[in-house]
Order: sequence, then C-alpha cells, then structure tokens
Amino acid sequence: MIKVMRTIPLIILVSWLAVVLFEPFLSLDPNAINLEQILGVPGGASWLGEDDLGRPISDRLLTGAQVSLFVAFSVMSVTLVVGTIIGIVSAWLGGWVDQTVMRITDVFLAFPGILLAIALAGLLGPGVGNVVLALSIVGWVGFARLARGQTLLLKNRDHVVAARSLGTSSFKIIIWHLLPLVAAPLIIEATFAVAGLIIAEAGLSFLGLGVQAPSASWGSMIRDGARYLLVAPHLVMIPAIALFSVVMAINLLGDQLRDRLDVRS
Amino acid sequence: MQIILIRFLSAIAVMLGVSVIVFFFIHFIPGDPVEVILGETARLSDREALREALGLNQPLMTQWLNYMSGLLQGDLGTSLYSRQPVTDIILQRLPDSAELSFAAIIVGVVLAIPLGIWAAMHKGKLWDMATSSFMLIGIAIPNFVFGPILVLIFSLWLGWFPVSGRDGFLSLVLPAITLGTVMAAILARMLRSSLLEVMSEDYIRSAHARGFSPLRVMFRHGLRNAMLPMITLLGLQLGGLLAGAVITETVFDWPGIGRLTVEAIQRRDYPLLQGCILFISAIYVVVNMLTDIIYQQIDPRIRCAA
Repeated sequence: MIKVMRTIPLIILVSWLAVVLFEPFLSLDPNAINLEQILGVPGGASWLGEDDLGRPISDRLLTGAQVSLFVAFSVMSVTLVVGTIIGIVSAWLGGWVDQTVMRITDVFLAFPGILLAIALAGLLGPGVGNVVLALSIVGWVGFARLARGQTLLLKNRDHVVAARSLGTSSFKIIIWHLLPLVAAPLIIEATFAVAGLIIAEAGLSFLGLGVQAPSASWGSMIRDGARYLLVAPHLVMIPAIALFSVVMAINLLGDQLRDRLDVRS
Repeated sequence: MQIILIRFLSAIAVMLGVSVIVFFFIHFIPGDPVEVILGETARLSDREALREALGLNQPLMTQWLNYMSGLLQGDLGTSLYSRQPVTDIILQRLPDSAELSFAAIIVGVVLAIPLGIWAAMHKGKLWDMATSSFMLIGIAIPNFVFGPILVLIFSLWLGWFPVSGRDGFLSLVLPAITLGTVMAAILARMLRSSLLEVMSEDYIRSAHARGFSPLRVMFRHGLRNAMLPMITLLGLQLGGLLAGAVITETVFDWPGIGRLTVEAIQRRDYPLLQGCILFISAIYVVVNMLTDIIYQQIDPRIRCAA
C-alpha cells in the first residue's frame, strides 16, 4: 500500500508531462470564445466549464500547463548548468576569483524572494521569453553556492589530490572526479527548484508580468477568475488545484530522491 | 564588538552592490526607455524633456554619481506618475505595510510554536503526520491561491471579513492570515526538527532521570535551546515579509509598499520601482544583519567560537 502511494507523485508529474508533450495532437482551442457559455459550470458544454469569455477551461488549463512546465524546466536547466559551472570553477580556483563570485552572489541574495525577478520581468516587458530570462538571472545563485560548497568539501579529498599529483588537467579532474560527487545534491536542489519556479511563473503571471492575453497561464487564470469568485469559484479553483498538484508532486518526489540518494540537507 | 563592525561593513558593501543593480534597472529595458515610457507617438520635445529629467542624456558615469549622491541624501528621485519625491511616496505607504507585516508575524509565530511543539511531542504518530502535512501544504500553496480561497470562504460565503481594501481591523485579518500562514508552516517545520534534535541530547535524558515532568523538560530544557535556530529563520522571514507582501497586497488591494511596486511596474514609473526595490532590499539586509548580531549575543557557544 505504502509502496503504491509513493509512486503517486511520479504518476501525477508524468501525466502532466505527457499532456504537455502530446498537446499538439489534442487539437485544443483555448481561445475559442463562446458567449453562450460564459462562466459555464464543469460538466456542461466542456468538461471543466468555461471562463468569463466562454472559453473552455480544460483547454486553457492544458496550454497553461505547457507554459508553466516550459518556463520551469528551461530556467532550471539554464541555471543548473550555469550555476554549477560558476560554483565549481570558483571553488576550484579559489583566491580572488572565489571572493569576487561570492560577493556577487551576496548581492543577488540581498533581494528577498522573487522580488528581483518581479522587477526584471516588469522592466523587460511581457512575454514568456522575458519571464525565463528574469527567473534565470535570479536563479543561478543557489546552484552556484551549493556547487561551490560541495566542491570545497571534496577539493582536498585523497582521490582528487592523487589525480592532481599524477598531472591530470583541472578540466579532467572536475569532469571525472568532482562532478559525479557533487551531482547528487545538485539534482535534488534542481528538483525543488522546478517546484519553486512553477510557483514563481504563476506568481509573475498573476501580477500580469508573464504570458499576455489571450494566451493562458495558471497564474493569469487565477487572477482573471478571482473577479468571479462568488458566482464561479471553479475559475480559480481549477487552476489552483492543478498548480498545487504539480508543486506537491515535485516536492514529494524531491523528498524521495533525497532519501534514495542519501543526501542530508 | 569587532564582529558587529565586520557584519555592519559587509552589510554596507552588499547594499552598495544592490544599489548598482537597481541603478542599472532603467538600462535593462530593451530599446529606448524614453520611448517605452511615453510611447512611440510622443513628441520630440517631450522625449527630450523626459530624457533630461531621467538624466539619460548624460554619460553613464555622471548618471551613476548623481544617483549615488542622491541616495546618500535619502533622495530616491521623483515619481514619473505623481511627480512626488519617491521617498515621500514610500514613507506614506510604510505604516500600511508595517501594520500588515506586524499582524502576519503574530499569526506566524502564534501558529508555529504550538504546532511545532505538538508535532515534536507526538513524533511518528498520527498527530505528527497531520501537523506535518499541514506544514507541507502550507508551504506548497502560494499566496495568490490561498488568499482567494480565504476570501471565498470567509468573505463571500460567511461574510465575516471585507473582500479587500484597508478599512479597520477586520480588513487586516485575511491578508495577515494569508501572509502569516506560509511563515507559520516554515517556522513550525524548523521548530519540530530542531526540537527533536535537542530532545535527544544527554541533558534532556538527565532532566527526565531527575524526575521532572515531561512538560517541564520540554519547555524549560528543550524549547529554550530549540528556539535558537528559529531566530535566524524568523529573521529571514521577517526581512522577506515586504517581498512576500507584493502578491498578498495585490490580492487584497492593500495599499502597502508591495502593491506600490506592482503599480510602479504597471505605470512604467521606473524611479518609483527602483525606490521600492531598493527600500525592500535594504530592510531585508538590515534585518538579517540584526538577526546575526542578536544570535551571536544570545548563544554563548557562537560568541566564544567567534
């Protein structure tokens, strides 16, 4: 029973990913306005009801999932790679390079939460690309810090010192002797980062800084739906439940991954 | 004393870096900022006037020097929208933000301490799992989802509180709960794990062996020590409250600095945006600095080690 329950988060996440990947074949029409079905309830003309313009919520939810997961995974990939390189190189070289990198990360960490991302997204203007850019500028810092800390711990291990004294190039040591050992905590961090990024993207679109109308995003669906909270709460609740299911599934997966890879936080 | 000085100087250095990033905000705008603000159809004379008002016609170095000398005098520039000094606008909104932050802290701490203790006392049992899943859910639900759910239940269905705006104590309740619950969940999780760690120490076993009641051991011997890591976390949370309030204040139409930031973005009022971000970050940095110093003062182990 417990074993079955442990696979639920994975099933939820895989289903969302499958929906996003097969989206082009589903012939969705998220922007089809049907004025006779305004604020339609679930189970009526379409299975999740219609929004304030009579557009099918189910179709908008699925295209919103695409935006959400695209932003989260692309920002995670970019920041993971960039952050890891900066962190490892910084710790490996040490000295003034390391000092400079650390002071720069200090400055980035002085902006609480997604405040800097909000400001950057506002400056860069609307659009999915700008959201990715804004979140990436902010997101690499965590990975850089983690990779640096891990590298510092491993840098003077026997096998690294041995490789060094055999004349192995720094590049080879980093790729073959350091990276495999720092990978586990970074992968776990990346998992939680995806959950955080999905919330961040939704937050930005809630503030009107993400995708632009008429395109759908979970955050903008919640914002637009909030005006009809009393008459049609499903406009808010459906994207909210979708968001919650993905974030919760990823967080639980991260916990499982941490147990399996045996990394202490 | 020396540690405090070092901590203080590093906070100043960080703020200097923050101000450099914020200074460059207007240069992050793709294309010509003047055109973005006024639109493509603006007259040439208007454009030149704005360019001069923003100082964009001067060399970058001069712009930066002007900006920094203004900052040091507490001058954050003039709002493009309301033509008032940015510092005045922010200070006007400060009491509203402070009120909401203060209420959220109360909600957060009042919820977190009993929940954390309760979960730790019933470790591994049903109560622990129930409170722990509450904490997990509390962290996973973003403000812009939790806020509307509270409004739906307590304002629209039950009619206990106003939907939005700032009008007396009742209007404060829902925003404070929205902002405070996430904080409570994070703090309670931390308190639980820190209590469990402390409760496995030898001196706790000795206290039990001396025949003290379990409650007395928990509160006098356990909680006191378990609270230490909470101080750092609470500091981080407090400093971040204004940033967290950006979304909460938008949900509830609360006239604080968070919503001011969003308004500044929507109106392309870049000097105001710069001011808000700088102000919120400064509070974050100062609160974190104070937390570090306080932590060192009350924990003798750290004081001696340093």
